Order: sequence, then structure tokens, then C-alpha cells
Amino acid sequence: MSADHTHAAHHDDHGHDHGSYSSYIKGFLLSVILTAIPFGLVMAGGFESRALTAVTVIGFAVVQILVHMVYFLHMNGKQEEGWTMLSTIFTVVVVVILLAGSLWVMYHMNTNMMPQMDHELTQGFGS
Amino acid sequence: MSHATTDTMARHWELEPHHHPDGASTSLGFWVYLMSDCLMFAVLFAVYGVLGTSFAAGPGPKDLFDLELVAVNTAMLLLSSITFGFAMLAMGKGDQRGTLRWLAVTLFFGLCFLAIELYEFHHLIHIGAGPQRSGFLSAFFTLVGTHGLHVTFGSIWLVTLMVQITRTGLIPANQRRMVCLSMFWHFLDVIWIGVFTFVYLLGMI
Repeated sequence: MSADHTHAAHHDDHGHDHGSYSSYIKGFLLSVILTAIPFGLVMAGGFESRALTAVTVIGFAVVQILVHMVYFLHMNGKQEEGWTMLSTIFTVVVVVILLAGSLWVMYHMNTNMMPQMDHELTQGFGS
Repeated sequence: MSHATTDTMARHWELEPHHHPDGASTSLGFWVYLMSDCLMFAVLFAVYGVLGTSFAAGPGPKDLFDLELVAVNTAMLLLSSITFGFAMLAMGKGDQRGTLRWLAVTLFFGLCFLAIELYEFHHLIHIGAGPQRSGFLSAFFTLVGTHGLHVTFGSIWLVTLMVQITRTGLIPANQRRMVCLSMFWHFLDVIWIGVFTFVYLLGMI
């Protein structure tokens, strides 16, 4: 059995796409650009508005994650009859709920339990 | 369960076990593991998001982080990702020597990444900004350290796989291992995008 044949069989069995030279290069160049721009932006001091800089940097990260998913991890809806995509979507949903929920709850805990409110709180609990 | 029910089920669903080729579901199983790992990192990111501003009157990101070092580190991991891609392509062509060569290059970049990260950790601990200094630093060391540990184990796996390929060649079992390790390696690069964005870049704005 030649190595090529082994690979072809492997390819059919697993429905895997190992990508091509050009797709890896394309993904790499996109990643370099998507990394360099936010680094350059922050190193240069960012925009006037800090929030705008933060949103831009996060935007680049999201796009770069998608680039990695497509070009390096070869994600598509057909892999493993769609189960790979489905498990990924499920994970993303859980991650979003987990991150947003934790930050939201803890932010409110912090703002509502600032030291200046201790007085009211002690009264509340004490009575 | 009654026979009638079983019969009904048999008409609607296939009850006989399928024959799957050896390792056919390995990559999906490994992907599910990576997704659970992703949840673990999400928890660590959430911890960092909550504790990231608790400096305990200690140093903050702007006092500690060196973006140029992080940029070099990011470049190392990105380069190791593409060289692993080339190893996969060499494997696809059945080129054992090429596969081993690209794996060695990947290992080199992975070790460079680890060396730079260890240097950064050593520097931080040396100037008194260790994990016990503040909530921010505890969360930082946990998050970045867990990623570093993953890269460490990925490197050990890489060495193991190189030995296996040298011994038995590019047999289907080794190809399957390569597919899993490549997913693991690219996954770590994806996590690093989150780390350098949320920890380093947002901390320095």
C-alpha cells in the first residue's frame, strides 16, 4: 500500500481536509496582518477614545479566530456530518453565557457593594 | 422494555451496531475534548475579567507588560502553527522526512515560545510581581500559565510523535495522532489570540 493510497483512504474515512499549501499561506498572511494591526494600534497609543480602541482590538481578535478556524482547523459545516460544527456552536454559546454572565454579575456585585455602602448593608443585616 | 417497543424502535432506528473503521470517530472525540478545554479557558478568562482590575495597590498591566516581547511570542506561536500545517501537507504527500523536519521546526518555535514566557514569568516574580502579589497577578499567572502548560504538554506530545513516526513510519495510527496533535496545536494558537487580546492589548490601552 503506497503512502498516497493510505492517505486517500484516510481522507475518505474521516472526511478530513488537511488543507493545501496556498490555504495555509493565505491563513498565515491574514493572521499576521490581523495580529500586526492591533499590536501596532496599541503600541502607537490607540485612538482618542479608549473604548473605540478596545472594540477595534476585540474585533480583530474575533476575525483572526475565524481565520484560524477556517484555514488552520479546516472547519466547515460538512465535517463529521456536521457534528464538529454543532459541538463548536454549542461551546461558543456556553462560553458567551459564561463570560457575559460572570462579568455582568461580578460587575454589579462590585458596584453595589462598594465601601461607602457598607453602612447601609450592616444596618440591613444587623436589624 | 417489552418486545413490542423494541420492534417499534427497530423499525425507526437502527439498533445494530455499525461497523466503523478503526479510529473513525477519534477526531470528533478529540474535537469534543478541545471544546471542553475551551470551556476551562473560558472560566479562566472570566476569572481574569473579574479579578483583572484588583491590583491590591500593586503594579498593573502598564507597569509590567512589555508588548514587544508579547509580539515576538505571538510570532513564535503563529510560525509554529504554519510549520505544523506544512508538516500535515508533507504527511499528506507521504513524505516522512519532510514531516519530521517540519515537526522539528514546529518544536523549535514552540520551545522558543515557552522560553520567552518563562523569561517573562521569571522577570515578573523577580521584581516582586509574583502570583501572590494581587488578584490581578494571580489570575494572570493562572490563565497564561495554563496556556503555557498546554504548550509544554503539546511539545512533549510532539517529541513522542516524532519518535513514533521515526520508528513505524506514517502508518494510519500515526496519521491519526498527527491530525489530533495538529488540532491541539492550532487550538492553542486560537486561545493565545484571546490571551494577547484580552490580557496584554486591552491591559495596555
